[in-house]
Amino acid sequence: MPDIKITPLGAGQDVGRSCILLSMGGKNIMLDCGMHMGYNDERRFPDFSYICPDGPLSPYIDAVIISHFHLDHCGALPYMSEMVGYTGPIYMTHPTKAIAPILLEDMRKVSVEKKGEQNFFTSQMIKDCMKKVVAVTLHQSVMVDNEIEIKAYYAGHVLGAAMFWVRVGSQSIVYTGDYNMTPDRHLGAAWIDKCRPDLLISESTYATTIRDSKRCRERDFLKKIHECVDIGGKVLIPVFALGRAQELCILLETYWDRMNLKAPVYFALGLTEKANNYYKMFITWTNQKIRKTFVQRNMFDFKHIKPFDRQYIDNPGPMVVFATPGMLHAGLSLQIFKKWAPSENNMIIMPGFCVQGTVGHKILNGAKRVEFENRQVVEVKMSVEYMSFSAHADAKGIMQLIQYCEPRNVMLVHGEAEKMEFLKEKIQQEFNLKCYNPANGETAVIQTPVKIPIDVALPLLKAEAKKFSALPPDPKRRRTLHGVLVMKEGGVCMMEVEEACKEAGIERHIVRFTSTVQINDAGPCLSTAHKLHAYVAEKLPQWSVHFSEGEISVESVLVKVEGDDDDQKSVYVSWTNQDEDLGSFVLNALNAVGK
Amino acid sequence: MKLYCLSNDPNKPCHILTFREITMMLDCGLSMQSVLNFLPLPFVPSQKLQNLPTWMPIDVTDPELDGELKENGERVFVDSPPEFCPPLDKLIDFAQVDVILISNYLCMMALPFITEGTGFQGRVYATEPTLQIGRLLLEELVIYIEQCPKASFASQWKNFLHKLPYPLSDSFKPKSWKQIFNMQSVNSSLSRIQMVGYNEKIDVYGALQVVPASSGYCLGSANWVITSDHEKIVYLSGSSTLTTHPRPMDHNSIKNADVLIMTDLTQTPISNPDSMLGVLCVVVGMTLRGGGNVLIPCYPTGVVYDLFECLSVKMQELGVSNCPMFFVSPVADMSLAYSNILAEWLSSAKQNKVYVPDELFPHAMLVKNSKLKHFKHIYSDGFSTDFQEPCVVFCGHPCLRYGDIVHFIELWGNNPRNCIVFTEPDFDYIDALAPYQPLQMKVAHCAIDTSLNFTQANKLIRDLKPATLVVPECYTQPPVSAPHLTEYTIEAGGDRTLIPYKWGEVINLPLKRKQGQVFIETAVAQKIVPVEIKSGVSLSTITGTLQVKDNVYNIQDSNDKLKKYVKYEWGTLNVNEFIQKLSHEGINDAKVETHGSVVVVHLQDEDALIQLEDNSTHVVCSGDEKVRTKLRNAVMQCLKKF
Repeated sequence: MPDIKITPLGAGQDVGRSCILLSMGGKNIMLDCGMHMGYNDERRFPDFSYICPDGPLSPYIDAVIISHFHLDHCGALPYMSEMVGYTGPIYMTHPTKAIAPILLEDMRKVSVEKKGEQNFFTSQMIKDCMKKVVAVTLHQSVMVDNEIEIKAYYAGHVLGAAMFWVRVGSQSIVYTGDYNMTPDRHLGAAWIDKCRPDLLISESTYATTIRDSKRCRERDFLKKIHECVDIGGKVLIPVFALGRAQELCILLETYWDRMNLKAPVYFALGLTEKANNYYKMFITWTNQKIRKTFVQRNMFDFKHIKPFDRQYIDNPGPMVVFATPGMLHAGLSLQIFKKWAPSENNMIIMPGFCVQGTVGHKILNGAKRVEFENRQVVEVKMSVEYMSFSAHADAKGIMQLIQYCEPRNVMLVHGEAEKMEFLKEKIQQEFNLKCYNPANGETAVIQTPVKIPIDVALPLLKAEAKKFSALPPDPKRRRTLHGVLVMKEGGVCMMEVEEACKEAGIERHIVRFTSTVQINDAGPCLSTAHKLHAYVAEKLPQWSVHFSEGEISVESVLVKVEGDDDDQKSVYVSWTNQDEDLGSFVLNALNAVGK
Repeated sequence: MKLYCLSNDPNKPCHILTFREITMMLDCGLSMQSVLNFLPLPFVPSQKLQNLPTWMPIDVTDPELDGELKENGERVFVDSPPEFCPPLDKLIDFAQVDVILISNYLCMMALPFITEGTGFQGRVYATEPTLQIGRLLLEELVIYIEQCPKASFASQWKNFLHKLPYPLSDSFKPKSWKQIFNMQSVNSSLSRIQMVGYNEKIDVYGALQVVPASSGYCLGSANWVITSDHEKIVYLSGSSTLTTHPRPMDHNSIKNADVLIMTDLTQTPISNPDSMLGVLCVVVGMTLRGGGNVLIPCYPTGVVYDLFECLSVKMQELGVSNCPMFFVSPVADMSLAYSNILAEWLSSAKQNKVYVPDELFPHAMLVKNSKLKHFKHIYSDGFSTDFQEPCVVFCGHPCLRYGDIVHFIELWGNNPRNCIVFTEPDFDYIDALAPYQPLQMKVAHCAIDTSLNFTQANKLIRDLKPATLVVPECYTQPPVSAPHLTEYTIEAGGDRTLIPYKWGEVINLPLKRKQGQVFIETAVAQKIVPVEIKSGVSLSTITGTLQVKDNVYNIQDSNDKLKKYVKYEWGTLNVNEFIQKLSHEGINDAKVETHGSVVVVHLQDEDALIQLEDNSTHVVCSGDEKVRTKLRNAVMQCLKKF
């Protein structure tokens, strides 16, 4: 039996640096190529030496697929393609192709210029890497080569996020990347058709969360900001330029509109304006509501949110500022933080994860004093809030997706091990499906049934259909297809035996048997024949036993009664060799009557 | 396989294709030539049109016909809301249609006539731009006609067709003409459309697969590839090999079809779109510099985007960039906005702009700089304050029978400095202008049709190598206007069959299915034992339980004990060898008799007889299975089998 082999290099019982190797039908495909935001050493990138201890990966990998632009899914891409070496195709959606290089460049700058890291990829490498990218549209069937076919489905989560269906021969998988089964402020819900893959590889970040409490978190977020500006405080929201920032902006924009608030809201200029432009252009990837209303008012043309200028930092009165970067490790957000932290009226809201070593990480852990390189010390009196807004499917959503696409097996990645175990059990119970959750570097082997497509001559199918439809309808009736497979250069075709012999240029030799059984039964032959018919039909319940003109027939087996009206009757049973088993079964049955 | 032709206009096609028990409609274009026979619909009553004399046939005095027809110049027009010629509904019941495939937004205007009130229950497939822009065109059409309601409907004239002057007398099936649908029908009809992407494989009841492939003609335009297991049919409609704003044509997907149906070729076979664009720019420049206004009748989408782009550059060069461009259409804002979000459907040059990110079309910039101003109507807020002359106005409808353009013609028609420039190829400009004559304004004709011309089409056919080519009959003859230009035809050639069709015909297409496809499971496959009959040819029997679901055939392992491993014998049986084998089985009393070609072997002791012929053997014996089994073994050992 053929199999599918899956080895996570990252995201196996873990969140971060998603990178999953898939082998099926002799093809190797890399699903995502992310980095781990929590490490600064070589653990930051997936261990590509697993694929090949030394030298480029191109001979071992046929295609790379990137699900979305988050760095834990694409952050290692330039490293893999330019430094380790990969020249094959990389597939991603148009928005991902547009946005990923910006985030990669942003991250590179922070790592190299601010933290002074060595041996990191360069700007040029990002550009060279992006040249290898083939952009795909949703639902388009893309042939990577003659055998690999991929298709992207909408995944919600972030702009341009996609789930990928991958087929090689008769085997197929679906890789979800990160997805979201409930529409949010600016994105729609993930959707997939009943594609029945052999394996569904699903993320499981929120494997144990049953009810999405996002609405509550949103209300909380707005309430906190509102309270803060009401007492004249300043709110700082450090964000990364793309993704969550846009959702929070829509959230604030609509709230400001509804509550008629006057406190200014600013968005740090530059990259952000550009970022909003991406959202405007890729409006077809957002949710129904935004798409419907974009002509009257583009959701990303904000009315209340204005560009920020550094001079505003010292402005009196309340304000809300979105500033980059999100982890408070450098740049404008840090500058504002230093100014505002000492006032207890002010507030900082961290809407995402912060890496160890950053100021963001320190204050989230309750640091009340933060010391900087130049011995500058900042007292943190402002309130510090953490709110996660990441859009992932919860347990219910994951189960829903399984229902949608009806996989034969399920694999959980991108989640914590214990939570996975819980969901794994649930999936096994509810759907009776095998569920896997390999750790990093561990290989899961999934057996798949094969279905081999063969050509069949139409007359053979039509003859069967005619025979079948001539019988009274019975859903339980077995339909049997029998024919001869002709294998020759130029293909394999199934056809009727006579046709096959003609194709091969041979003459059939028909072997027929006729046996005689003596039966004592008085009366006319016809009545004996009727009795035998009933008897044979009873012995062969699943077969259609015919009776016409005194003869009983099942397939090619014929039963004929001869003799005078006296006791002794000769019963002839005749059949061709192809019905040997059936013929000898009938003969033995009649022999039993004869005795 | 059959093809029904339901439309009289190859540029507004509508076909039915039946194959594998599936009834598919290919496009549902709405021919609008009929509206040219009607008087224009102004928002406010027009003196000129109202004062046109009534026309009556010479020997007719039917009072009911009185007032239905008006005369202007040599032409007679119907004074009534315009009517349209929908696809023929006599050949097929639309309730039977399983699937409608739409190739581009210009070929779907009859959709509400097909899907609403007909019992239609099938699915409609179109790309996202086709749906979105098609909606704009339909809405625009309905708004144009509904905003100018007419008090009376003329219908009597249809009974006097033979007495009417040309071209009214030549009207095509006027009794089948219909009033336009309402907005509710448009919405409910469009709600049936399922959006698809290029190269998306769509399964049609398991029997067929349909795939839209980019056709390069306009945003979201597609050619459809229809395949079953072994057959490939390509429906090519509205295609272009020129480089304009849409995604280029996908040649690969449509190659080597068994049947290629080709329609919707250029309507201006003699002129070249590039030189027409050049002429247009010159005319616009000259008119503006002479202080005149330019009126360009147009659809609210399509080539108009390219015109904004070219003209703005040209106007800059000619020093008339201070003259504004106005784009007036109830859907102008939507059209401009949509075109800038459909990156995935654009040429790669335009597509790459999203990575900058930059606006896809320069018209976004032109709007920002107030070089291009768009309004829903001429009576919309702000139009009268922004309006300044001289200027360029893009406005619909190109047939000049409804829409704001009616007023621009009234406004500017008497000034010879103004100029009306025809760029849309759908309507003959002389016919279009007929009810307004006499006019003082200049008329320029620069029809820009980017769809395939005959040279391009013939070259394409040679590249695509279809086995059978199916085209409207009119493409096999030179244009009526230029009968000597035989190069403006589709060539018959090579070993491909050329089948012409025309309106109302049902033609049989020479595509005979010979093979289907079944899937066999591992357990069944494992039982296949190929026997090599001769070099390169092997045979093996195969038996299993057949499961048919959604037209997909699966063979599963059969658990039937009585009919499992059926084999077939072949060749001839050698009598001597047979006697030898019998003795191996312990039967030595064989007595051989020969009657011509038949050999009979008698076995006295066993009460049996074997009759041998070249291609058959008959074993006749008593009911004793032991004996028969021995005989069978002997026979089987002498024969080859697979």
